[in-house]
Amino acid sequence: MKKLSTIIAGSAIGLLALTACGQEGTPEAAGEGGTQAEAPEYTVAEDVDLSDSDTWEAANSAGTLKVGVKMDQPGLGNTEPGSDAPEGFDIEIAKITAAALGFAPDQIEWVETVSANREPFLQQGTVDMVVATYTINDERKKVVDFAGPYYVAGQDLLVAADSDIAGPDDLAGTTVCSVDGSTPAQNITDEYPDAELVTYDTYSKCVTDLQSGSVDAVTTDDAILRGYAAQYEGEFKVAGDPFTEEPYGVGLPKDDDALRDAVNDALEASMEDGTWTEAFEYTLGDSSGVEQPSVDRY
Amino acid sequence: MGELIQMFLSGTWGTLSLFGVTLVGCLLGGTILAAMRVSPTPVLRGTAAAYVSVVRNTPLTLVMFFCVFGLPYLDIRFGSTAAMNSFVLANIALIAYTSCFVAETLRSGIATVPVGQAEAARAIGLPFTQVLGYIVLPQAFRTVLPPLGSVIIAMLKNTSIASAFNNRELISAMRGAIELRGDIVIPLLLATALVYLLLAVVIGRVFDVLERKLVILR
Repeated sequence: MKKLSTIIAGSAIGLLALTACGQEGTPEAAGEGGTQAEAPEYTVAEDVDLSDSDTWEAANSAGTLKVGVKMDQPGLGNTEPGSDAPEGFDIEIAKITAAALGFAPDQIEWVETVSANREPFLQQGTVDMVVATYTINDERKKVVDFAGPYYVAGQDLLVAADSDIAGPDDLAGTTVCSVDGSTPAQNITDEYPDAELVTYDTYSKCVTDLQSGSVDAVTTDDAILRGYAAQYEGEFKVAGDPFTEEPYGVGLPKDDDALRDAVNDALEASMEDGTWTEAFEYTLGDSSGVEQPSVDRY
Repeated sequence: MGELIQMFLSGTWGTLSLFGVTLVGCLLGGTILAAMRVSPTPVLRGTAAAYVSVVRNTPLTLVMFFCVFGLPYLDIRFGSTAAMNSFVLANIALIAYTSCFVAETLRSGIATVPVGQAEAARAIGLPFTQVLGYIVLPQAFRTVLPPLGSVIIAMLKNTSIASAFNNRELISAMRGAIELRGDIVIPLLLATALVYLLLAVVIGRVFDVLERKLVILR
């Protein structure tokens, strides 16, 4: 009995001693993003009837619109650890489009897509549309349709805030990081062979290397870079102007013209009535100097 | 189309160079580890057992993470370019990981060698390293050729993990091809699988030939 009480007393004192090891306050997150406090609300259209579109009919009867998005790109399509819904400019565009098609935000099912499975998902009907930093190009148009573009990104460089690199011509002799197999990485190999290319499987590894100084620049579409610059306030800057053109579009199943027209109408309306700008400023920050693209109804 | 074939060829070359270096390294490393596991010195035995337990039970992606991101943190770099550095570090990770499996396979091979052989070798005065080197390991290797072949084929497929850490190999080529030609994603995935299958079949054939000539069945 005496031994038992000694043990209990001892562990109680031990626990008390351990509480002294706690940290004062919680550590700050790596910089707050450029987001305002409130998310924009979009009015859901009533009495939408797109019976010519099989995809819309199926989604309407199920009551859910399945949207493929990225979940690992800050500012565009990113799920914070611990949260269950993604956030970003792509997500806002998807919500705007869904609202015009008659779906409220809680009727949207977010499906994570990566670059390799966007076409197969649309072809097999795993998703109804894809808003995932999806660049419009002719090869992809053979198997999917595009509405938009809703944003013209371009390849750009993310450098340390005090770096001298102002554009791709300053890259000779430096190390540039990008994602394995991506178009920006191939562009660096083709056009700027004097720069040393380092590739990882995610942008976050590139940004970690940039923070530690192992690479001099990170290259990808400027929208993604803006997201990182906003997340790591003050540490990085986006250098110079974009040097390629990557029009982001909404991916849709092939030959669904009714749906494509409806999504194009929704995008144009949002650019006219200011919701596009609202969505941009909520997720990517200052929109002065950012041109709204005109949709391509091909 | 020619561009795609070009990409796949350079990717295959990347995979084969990783494979070649790791093959030499893991056979050496595995032999050393197995020797340590059966050595008369308890310190060596314990160290090898601890190493194999830890590294064998860690996913290869984590082992590679520690090597590619952790070693430079300790200022350990190899080569002047990032490409050479990443190549060496990825190989170190692959060798460290695969050696454990080779060592365990070899250990079971060593167990099949009749204990009388080791006793006779000691009786004629051979030291431990020579007992292993002249008597036990040659027989052990020949006995475990079939499972060793499986370990080596698994290692070939594990090299694909290096593509996430700045090594341009077959998976990188596949990603690049998918980015360029979004209209033939499934055929590209099948093509990549086919290349791995081909390489694995070749290795399997090599081991078949070796087995026919060398294997000892007890």
